[in-house]
Amino acid sequence: MSTDTPDASADDAPSRAELAARVDELEDALTEAADEDDSKKMSIIATKGTLDMAYPPLILASTAAAFGYDVTVFHTFWGLDILHEERSKDLKLSSVGNPNMPVPNAVAALPGMDRVTTKMMEKKIADNDTATIEELLETSLEMGVEFQACQMTIDLMDYDEDDFYDGVTTGVGAATALQDMANADIQLLV
Amino acid sequence: MSAEFDTTETLDVKSASCPMPVVKTKSAIDELAEGEILEVLATDSGSMSDIDGWASGTEGVELVDQEEADDVYKHYVRKTE
Repeated sequence: MSTDTPDASADDAPSRAELAARVDELEDALTEAADEDDSKKMSIIATKGTLDMAYPPLILASTAAAFGYDVTVFHTFWGLDILHEERSKDLKLSSVGNPNMPVPNAVAALPGMDRVTTKMMEKKIADNDTATIEELLETSLEMGVEFQACQMTIDLMDYDEDDFYDGVTTGVGAATALQDMANADIQLLV
Repeated sequence: MSAEFDTTETLDVKSASCPMPVVKTKSAIDELAEGEILEVLATDSGSMSDIDGWASGTEGVELVDQEEADDVYKHYVRKTE
């Protein structure tokens, strides 16, 4: 009877030391993964400042916060107006180029028409008990949503850091937004 | 059918529309202790789907029941942790 072990397969098998090293490596990876904050994250980029387009980022931000997400909303260009304490209360709706509005473009382009369409929308919002932009913003802030105002566009629009609601983060740029997006489970550009 | 639960608090969000029923439910449930049940009264018909979706996607809460009576949507949410 032969006492030979099947050498062919033993040659291919990793050595005990190699296995031990691999186990150490996996244990390290596991510890690292467990250390990471396991809460879900959402990152929104808000670029629009019209009354209608101010709603989606705020509705989704407050709702995600209710789900327990860590939410960051990075506001840039016209999206800055949503965070601007004065301008946020006076966001406009335009019917020019908006085929959903019941006004032909030629009429919509007349002076004062934006004011009319904005008033119409504001009345609908009030009649329907839809939250105002200010309410949604305050609620989101209370729920821990982080609102960031893009520094480059603050300078471009000639805004002052004090113009924004208390709790708004300033002094951030595209790299901050990119980092948030890379770490987020949901990323949206509005 | 009327649900009989030992509710701890009632949140009245009648007339409020999306996203407020969900957002206010979350804030109200944060104030409760484990095991307690929150009753939410809403008139937003979307709240049936929204509160259900929120409860299934959120840790620490459980939807016990939902019912509609006289255009009021009632939701019963238990805090589980």
